[in-house]
Amino acid sequence: MSTDVILFLGLAAVAIGAALGMLFSRNAVYSALFLILNFATVAVFYLLLGAPFIAMAQVTVYAGAIMVLFLFVIMLLGAEELRKRGKLGWQQPLALLLGFVLVAETAYLVFVRGDLVSQIVPAAADYGTPKDIGILLFDNYMLPFQVVAVLLLVAMIGAIVLTKDDRKIERKTSEEKA
Amino acid sequence: MIEFNPLDLLNTLPILVLVSWACALLMVNVFVPRQGKGLMVLLTALGLAVTLILSIFQAGTQTEAFKGMLAIDDFTVYMNVFILASSLVALAISHDYMQRMGLARGEYYVLMLFSVAGMMLMASAADLIVVFLALELLSIPLYVLSAFARPQVESEEAGLKYFLLGAFASGFLVYGIALVYGATGQTNLIQIFAAAEAGVETPAFLLVGAGLILVGLGFKVAAAPFHMWTPDVYQGAPTTVTAFMAVGAKAGGFAALLRVFIAAFPAISVDLAPVLAAVAAATLVIGNVVAVAQSNIKRLFAYSSISHAGFILMAFVAFGQDGLFEDTIASVLFYLVTFAIASFGSWAIVIMLERKEGRGLDLQDYAGLGRKYPALALAMAVFMFSFTGVPPTLGFAAKLFVFRVVIEGGYYWLAIVGVVTSVVSAYYYLRLIIIMYMQDGDPQVRGETWLNLATAATAVATVLLFFFSTPLFEWAAEAGFLWF
Amino acid sequence: MDIAVLIEWIAKSAILIFILLTGFAYTTYYERRLLALIQNRVGPNRAGPFGLLQPVADGVKLIFKEELTPAGAYKAIFLLSPILTMVPALVIMAVVPWGESINLFGREIFLGLTDINVGVLYLLSIASISVYGIVLAGWSSNNKYAMLGGIRSSAQMISYELALGLAFVPSIMMAGSLSLLDIVRQQGDGFYLWSLLGIIEGGQTGGWFIFTIPGLFGAAIFYIAMLAEVNRAPFDMPEAEQELTAGYHTEYSGMKFALFFMGEYIKMIAVSAIFSTLFLGGFSGPGVYESTIPFMGITIGPWPILGPIYLGLKIVASLGLMIWIRATFPRLRYDRLMGFGWKVLLPLALANVFLTAIWVIIFQGFTG
Repeated sequence: MSTDVILFLGLAAVAIGAALGMLFSRNAVYSALFLILNFATVAVFYLLLGAPFIAMAQVTVYAGAIMVLFLFVIMLLGAEELRKRGKLGWQQPLALLLGFVLVAETAYLVFVRGDLVSQIVPAAADYGTPKDIGILLFDNYMLPFQVVAVLLLVAMIGAIVLTKDDRKIERKTSEEKA
Repeated sequence: MIEFNPLDLLNTLPILVLVSWACALLMVNVFVPRQGKGLMVLLTALGLAVTLILSIFQAGTQTEAFKGMLAIDDFTVYMNVFILASSLVALAISHDYMQRMGLARGEYYVLMLFSVAGMMLMASAADLIVVFLALELLSIPLYVLSAFARPQVESEEAGLKYFLLGAFASGFLVYGIALVYGATGQTNLIQIFAAAEAGVETPAFLLVGAGLILVGLGFKVAAAPFHMWTPDVYQGAPTTVTAFMAVGAKAGGFAALLRVFIAAFPAISVDLAPVLAAVAAATLVIGNVVAVAQSNIKRLFAYSSISHAGFILMAFVAFGQDGLFEDTIASVLFYLVTFAIASFGSWAIVIMLERKEGRGLDLQDYAGLGRKYPALALAMAVFMFSFTGVPPTLGFAAKLFVFRVVIEGGYYWLAIVGVVTSVVSAYYYLRLIIIMYMQDGDPQVRGETWLNLATAATAVATVLLFFFSTPLFEWAAEAGFLWF
Repeated sequence: MDIAVLIEWIAKSAILIFILLTGFAYTTYYERRLLALIQNRVGPNRAGPFGLLQPVADGVKLIFKEELTPAGAYKAIFLLSPILTMVPALVIMAVVPWGESINLFGREIFLGLTDINVGVLYLLSIASISVYGIVLAGWSSNNKYAMLGGIRSSAQMISYELALGLAFVPSIMMAGSLSLLDIVRQQGDGFYLWSLLGIIEGGQTGGWFIFTIPGLFGAAIFYIAMLAEVNRAPFDMPEAEQELTAGYHTEYSGMKFALFFMGEYIKMIAVSAIFSTLFLGGFSGPGVYESTIPFMGITIGPWPILGPIYLGLKIVASLGLMIWIRATFPRLRYDRLMGFGWKVLLPLALANVFLTAIWVIIFQGFTG
């Protein structure tokens, strides 16, 4: 067994363990931490697959930025402890069933239809370098890239519109005038 | 290494101008005092008008832009003109209402412009990535606008519901795009078409992917069974936003549906047609039957708009059959325009009657309108006739064209469903007319120049254009795609 | 995998960690002596000659202190958070090169752990991870002061991370690479004096980036942001004693406290190393590469072994500046601090990216 396979198996165990831990912990902060661990492991998977750029983006964006905000929200709302029983009556067995189907599907693909899986060509060593990604973004995907920029601007405007308290500001300015 | 074609900028000039204008307005808004937001309306209208003129000048262009990401063709121009004109009407009926409800904030107009940019992008998207981004650009401003009347609970509820369900629907869309990409290795519509024609290894992926894309876009156009959000959002959102959304989001959604399905998926149209037919039938039945039970005018119109989505979807069913796609496009466009005109007119009247805190929105509030404001009641009656499909209104012609496509496509049962549900719809549309003319009441109407003008113009257009429906339809049939 | 390579990696990692830990110990000594000098006092001078054994004494003291865990604390996370603070501080140095390759034991050995083509992104991602230790320490202590301190400092770190990330950009753009080794090579391939001439020549090669206009702005923004990132004065909000007792580590004692302390000082060393690499030519200096002394025509070098020495000197200088700032500036008020980060530093950093683009096109030509 090569080192890559050993690494993969170890990490896979960690990733699955972290995912399960996220699902089953009763404390939201622990769940968030397990999710961060899971994201970090996934980032290492990307590294193993020869995509360092995506790995770093995964850590920075997901494990870093987004999850910190999650933690903030959980801590500031004081929503750490979940209620004992959620209203997930019929969804739980359904989710279990669907999860089982997914596992069976994957197992079928890997073990029975292994020929399909083996067609995957390993990426070239210089695949997905920052330079290549940059050129793609500014060449073929110029327009989507710019649209995303506009989209983020709109989201930002929206967030401000929905949270800014106009009346408070007006009161403040009128007080200052007086 | 990076190639850049300056012509791309010229070809996308309308959208570029609109987006830049919106950004500039955002800055201008800072310096406009709260009492003077009328200036913002004027500037917004100016931006839309300039974009409209630029779009008209694009007529006859047949080209791709940005490495095949966008298609600039007759269909684009037609949709752009339609979207921009609708936005101008939406703007005209907005200003007074926003002032009256204490919502006059400049961001409203900026967000509206961004949403319009998303719709225009949707009409010209030639790549699934752009379809997705355009959908988001269309939707995110609408989510915010729905909650614009915060801290009113209904409005907040509308915004949150729309956002959550919209995000869910986007998930379906992205998943569908991923499956289509997995099956064909392409995201570009015309390359997907080529790959699908050549035959793919895993046709199931392609089919499921197309189905999921239908779900994502079907949510936007409020097709059943993805319509659940519609009544609550339409009711909770500020009425002007509802009017804008009812037409704009539908236009964008159907533009993308047309483009994606006709350009990319003709190869699997045989498999998709039953699904589309089922969705259309379900939408028709649910929209029309549930509308009967409504007593709130905004909810009534919400269900009515669902049912009209069903009629438009009917036209889609036959899209893959030889020589029918032109008729499909034309009848969809024609129906959209018809729906937009009547819809804006009726929403304008709703806006006139609405008072603060959601009063004046009950069907009973329209009692006595026929006696006190005969002109207004007449206009409303015209719109209701158009919705029902009674001649001599545009709605009749629109339904006729749609039924013709369906029958040519061989879906007789669907046509029958359409006719039966039309009859059902007559019940609740006529009920409003009866309430207006037969019952006594003292409706309170707030008239305003732009509102009156919009109502009058749409009412006249609904009747007058009926007599030119055949040439209009032939004109719409010219709005073909770049590739065919 | 070749067993020799494995041994080389382990040995290099061990040496790096050893250097960082020793460096931490003597940074505290350096800080106390320098502060004393600035404030006109003597500072620690009793343990050993010139007080050089003071850090050892401190260490012994901390090891023997009692470790307390508050009653209502979340024990696992309370234990985990000092580690979470410490580890990113250590691993962030993995991509910083200490020199070119040297020949040792018949092998070519690269001075530095690794050189990856996404090096700068690696720095950013580790920096974004390092928030967790602090925020979790604050939360798990079950103490209002700790909680407030934790949230404050993590909000501060997140805010300044943006400016920090944008301050990387001038170096990346001028070097045309995200690899830190490439960034150093671009700056250091020449004699020191030439870097000054580089201003006139346009600073393409042979000049430290700090001697270009966008590089200068970038360095200034980077330095300010990095002070905030490592919670140093005048941005030491979490430790605003008057308001928050000791911030997020109020409840920590003994070695757990020492770990936070170590994390902070190692982070100081790490950001100084990164600052030197991005803007001060990293390990380069006279003689590292083969170069000719101007006007004399004598060729010297290449002596790659000088690399670590130059980098060390630059780190010491940068640390000295940090300590000087601590001795000079009063602490900012919290809202001013956030306002400064978002309203001043971030826009300036963005404008600087724009400026860099113009600079690169003018002096290096459009290579796209």
